[in-house]
Amino acid sequence: MSDVMAPNEGARSEGLITVEALPPQGQITLRCEMSEDYRTKLSDALGMAFPDQRGSVTDGDRALLWMSPDELLLLVPYDAVDGVMESLNAAFDGWFIAITNLSDARAQFRVSGPHLRDILAKVTPTDMAPRGFPVGDVRRSRLAQVAAGYWLRSEDEAQVFVFRSVGAYAFEALSTLAQPGGEVNFLSA
Amino acid sequence: MSTRLARGGRFTDRSKQIGFTFNGRRFTGYEGDTLASALLAADQVLLGRSYKFHRPRGIVASGPEEPNALVHLGEGARFEPDQRATTTELFDGLVSSSQNHWPSLEFDVGEINAKLARFLPAGFYYKTFLWPRSFWKHLYEPVIRQAAGLGQAPHPEARDADRYEHYHAHVDLLVVGGGVAGLLAAKTAAEAGAEVLLIEQTAHWGGRAPVDGGTIDGMEPGAWVDETVAALQAMPNVKMRSRMMGAGVYDHGYVLGYERLTDHKPGAAGPRHRLWRIRAKQVITATGAIERPLSFAGNDVPGVMLASAVRDYVVNWGVAPGDRTVVVTNNDDAYRTAILLKQAGLDVPAIIDARPMGGGALMQEARDLGIKVEPGRGISKVLGGQRVSGVAICDQTGSGGELDTIACDAVAMSGGWSPVVHLFSHCGGKLEWDAEGHFFRPDASRAPTGADGAPFVSACGAANGFLSLPETLHCAAKAGAAVAGKLGHEATATTPEAVVTPESPLAPVWLMPQGARADLKMKAFLDYQNDVKVSDVQLAAREGYESVEHTKRYTTLGMASDQGKLSNINGLAILADALGTPIPQVGTTTFRPPYTPISFGAIAGEARGDIFQPLRRTPMQDWHEANNAAWEIVGQWRRPYCYPRGGETRHDAVNREITATRESLGLLDASTLGKILVKGPDAGRFLDMMYTNMMSTLPVGKCRYGLMCNENGFLMDDGVVVRLSEDSWLCHTTSGGADHVHAHMEDWLQCEWWDWKVYTANLTEQYAQIAVVGPNARKLLEKLGGMDVSPEALPFMGWADGSLADTPVRVYRISFSGELSYEIAIPANRGRAFWGKLLEAGAEWNITPYGTEALHVMRAEKGFIMIGDESDGTVIPQDLGLNWAISKKKDDYLGKRAQERHDMARGDRWKLVGLKTLDGSVLPDGCYAPAPGKNANGQRNTQGRVTSTYWSPTLKKGIAMGLVLNGPDRMGEVISFTAEDQDETRDELTTVEARIVNPVFFDPKGEKQDV
Repeated sequence: MSDVMAPNEGARSEGLITVEALPPQGQITLRCEMSEDYRTKLSDALGMAFPDQRGSVTDGDRALLWMSPDELLLLVPYDAVDGVMESLNAAFDGWFIAITNLSDARAQFRVSGPHLRDILAKVTPTDMAPRGFPVGDVRRSRLAQVAAGYWLRSEDEAQVFVFRSVGAYAFEALSTLAQPGGEVNFLSA
Repeated sequence: MSTRLARGGRFTDRSKQIGFTFNGRRFTGYEGDTLASALLAADQVLLGRSYKFHRPRGIVASGPEEPNALVHLGEGARFEPDQRATTTELFDGLVSSSQNHWPSLEFDVGEINAKLARFLPAGFYYKTFLWPRSFWKHLYEPVIRQAAGLGQAPHPEARDADRYEHYHAHVDLLVVGGGVAGLLAAKTAAEAGAEVLLIEQTAHWGGRAPVDGGTIDGMEPGAWVDETVAALQAMPNVKMRSRMMGAGVYDHGYVLGYERLTDHKPGAAGPRHRLWRIRAKQVITATGAIERPLSFAGNDVPGVMLASAVRDYVVNWGVAPGDRTVVVTNNDDAYRTAILLKQAGLDVPAIIDARPMGGGALMQEARDLGIKVEPGRGISKVLGGQRVSGVAICDQTGSGGELDTIACDAVAMSGGWSPVVHLFSHCGGKLEWDAEGHFFRPDASRAPTGADGAPFVSACGAANGFLSLPETLHCAAKAGAAVAGKLGHEATATTPEAVVTPESPLAPVWLMPQGARADLKMKAFLDYQNDVKVSDVQLAAREGYESVEHTKRYTTLGMASDQGKLSNINGLAILADALGTPIPQVGTTTFRPPYTPISFGAIAGEARGDIFQPLRRTPMQDWHEANNAAWEIVGQWRRPYCYPRGGETRHDAVNREITATRESLGLLDASTLGKILVKGPDAGRFLDMMYTNMMSTLPVGKCRYGLMCNENGFLMDDGVVVRLSEDSWLCHTTSGGADHVHAHMEDWLQCEWWDWKVYTANLTEQYAQIAVVGPNARKLLEKLGGMDVSPEALPFMGWADGSLADTPVRVYRISFSGELSYEIAIPANRGRAFWGKLLEAGAEWNITPYGTEALHVMRAEKGFIMIGDESDGTVIPQDLGLNWAISKKKDDYLGKRAQERHDMARGDRWKLVGLKTLDGSVLPDGCYAPAPGKNANGQRNTQGRVTSTYWSPTLKKGIAMGLVLNGPDRMGEVISFTAEDQDETRDELTTVEARIVNPVFFDPKGEKQDV
């Protein structure tokens, strides 16, 4: 057995959507101002574009998610975190920024299926309609009773993240609400 | 008798029979029936007993306004009381029974109450049963509770068999009500390009227009409805949901919808109810109107129904509520009922029209059919008990002298119509009195407004006071176009051509006859559900009740589960008359959501069973579960309290865990501790404000215990602060306090010190944290290997990054037990594996995982405080002798000024001390130390209380901490505490003697932790 165990490892349920716990994911939280200086600096350091408000930028196995007016989430392979942290810390030496490794702090799920938007609309008050939540966008909201983030990766696939301690709750809630018979056919026809 | 007609019933499918039971009797109905229509078809007119007087009651209405026909529905895990028969769609195997009767529906002992009615007037419970005082609790209340009430509660052990859920929808326009007005408004707005959600509470579109007749664009209304529904269904920007009621309208366009998915097919897959939480930019209420009863004696006898409901049963379900139906009215619309019944081949002995001149064209039509019309007359009283047998006729202008009696088995009454203004009113929409129609209607100039100050709710159709079909449609088209315009679409209102027989004006009739005698008024019911009569409201007025809101509460008018849908307007008209005040001046009571009761299941949504609430799990939770942990609730965490082995009691387990830890080696899952990173050039300055101590001077590589107070000076949280680097600190918080402390920090950073360069991050869940505690702790870490944990390399209150057993770790040399102790932070994904490595390597020292209780006892032995035990929101650090942790060098910190206030600074506060019982017993938790005398309220004076108390297995006796008046100055003194078995009703005290001592019971010099 590997020493590294992601929360809810191996959890998977199939219903109106498929809910799968993801393997360990490198997650680096960046808190900084989003002025031109910082944008350029970060884009240069990562070789990635800077995401729009509420948006994301993907580059292979890396992604940069807009989280708030002064917060970004950088997703990288779990084993690459130390290297990326090191190079970012070097690039931003002397700058006012907080670069924090939160790779173990959250449970991540892939949720997918044609009923995706409707099932998510059962747990979050955020507008899940296509015009309110286009593909590639990120929302920080809640999942039933816990804080959650949503990243819409394609029309029928989203990455959902919650704090690791409530991963089991989030998995159960999503699986319960995805049980057959619960079709809403409102956003997903 | 009421019966199924030979043909008819636009909702029923007579090829599909459905079996059901009522009070154990088997009945048969058809697919499409409601429980009410099926019972009526089987001549089951008596459905229940009234709330207060146990009067026999039957069906009055055909929809959600029904006050009487409430039944017990379902069995076992699907049993529900107070279900309206009129909105219950029939399904095969339905089980129902009547409510509030004993011993049987037909013979009810409680009907005696009716004979005593004159002794049970409005507010009787405020006036009677007052003496002797003790009789209320032991005699009157139990008897009244037994007699009053409607349905039974479900069995306490029954568990709802169904599931429920919420759904969040965001729409441009929500149209509530799928009658012709709602359909046309939705279509008009949708054709202009608006995105529309149209909801209808019943299973059918079209409302009551198909029953009431006339033509739309040359078509029967039903045909027009079908055509319009088909057109709407074909539009991609329109969503339609039937069986979904608009339950409430709230601020900012927030609307609750109540969707009943499987009530008509219990056991079907999927949720039973879905609560829609809708954000709409605009809302149109097309909720129609409800007919008003007339107030005459015996208007509650089974068989007396609303005239419109009688029509509904005939047209929609092919059911005749009676063979001989007398129609009584103050308007033309009720003539439609008489005409319809006559055309169906039923007998209509008379139309009693309270208007001196009767009606217009519809009256002529009725006369042409050979129906006798009696203008200027009223019903003096209804004859019959469990069933209408006839009516006594009188002059409407008189006091009720009988002119004639007419035999009949049903009465169809109409007192005019009231627009359903509820949803318009929920969020502050105001009403105006319509002097012509004699009803309250929405005042568009005072509609509910949104965040932009502009109205977001518009009423249309009958809900807006336009009762005739042409007016309804005109209003709906206008509303649809106007709202589309507000949403940025160009729209034109096109009203279809509608034709109906014109009506002559209604005459307001609030009491029948106008000057009814006292004995008649005592039988003229306003509120059927709460048994409120005309005489009750008049009595309230005589007793000085002027406000309609006060009268409502005094008489209980409109306070039942139907919320006065039939009774409100009639009741306040009676009140206005009694007060000699115009109706609009008296006004209405407040309309509050939900429109009709919604299930608790829908409100709870998916939150039941395992997902009733989130349970937070540490990375080691599986291990705790597998090792028989007894749990302690800490916020949303479940932390192991102890791990009982074999037949061990919890107490024994705690003692074993403590002894093993103090003698050799213990292990604690401390992952729940809050961990907040504070970073930036101003982080030190910021923490100096957050904590009472000086944190900016803490050297890198060191730890310091810190106290956090709120701005009122009270102790809020505590924990060890770690200096990670020149510009970053890690703040440990209590397990329950992490989120709160993080929010507290962000509050000050974002709202007060927004220009300070500080970022925070909540790292609580990034790390598993494990305390390795006991004299053998260092040996274990050395055995794991990978970093230097010697006292030189890692002294007490120091920390180091490194590796242990090939796992990246950060080790803090801190102790909450008084033992040699290391708290080890591991990336959470590796926490479970590292826990296993510790257990394996520690076996040779009998490594013993311990729970929160052992933690508590060990910290109490050391005199360490616990937030929530020694602090309770009223305690300042100075009370706890923590002055050493309050910096004198700092100009300011949160709470400093508050702590200098007189009450905080006074010398005679209760302060922390240790308490040692003279007999070695354990003091009761939370008990008080009485002092001589009594206070101004006659309560015994006190001089202290116990905050923490435990059996110490180390010291083999009870130990406690407590807050005692001037405590630290009274060392050695013996004071008394109340014992656990104190009898509150007796004045003498049972006490336990305890000596005031130093709170540090164990190793006061701290030699064990610093080795």
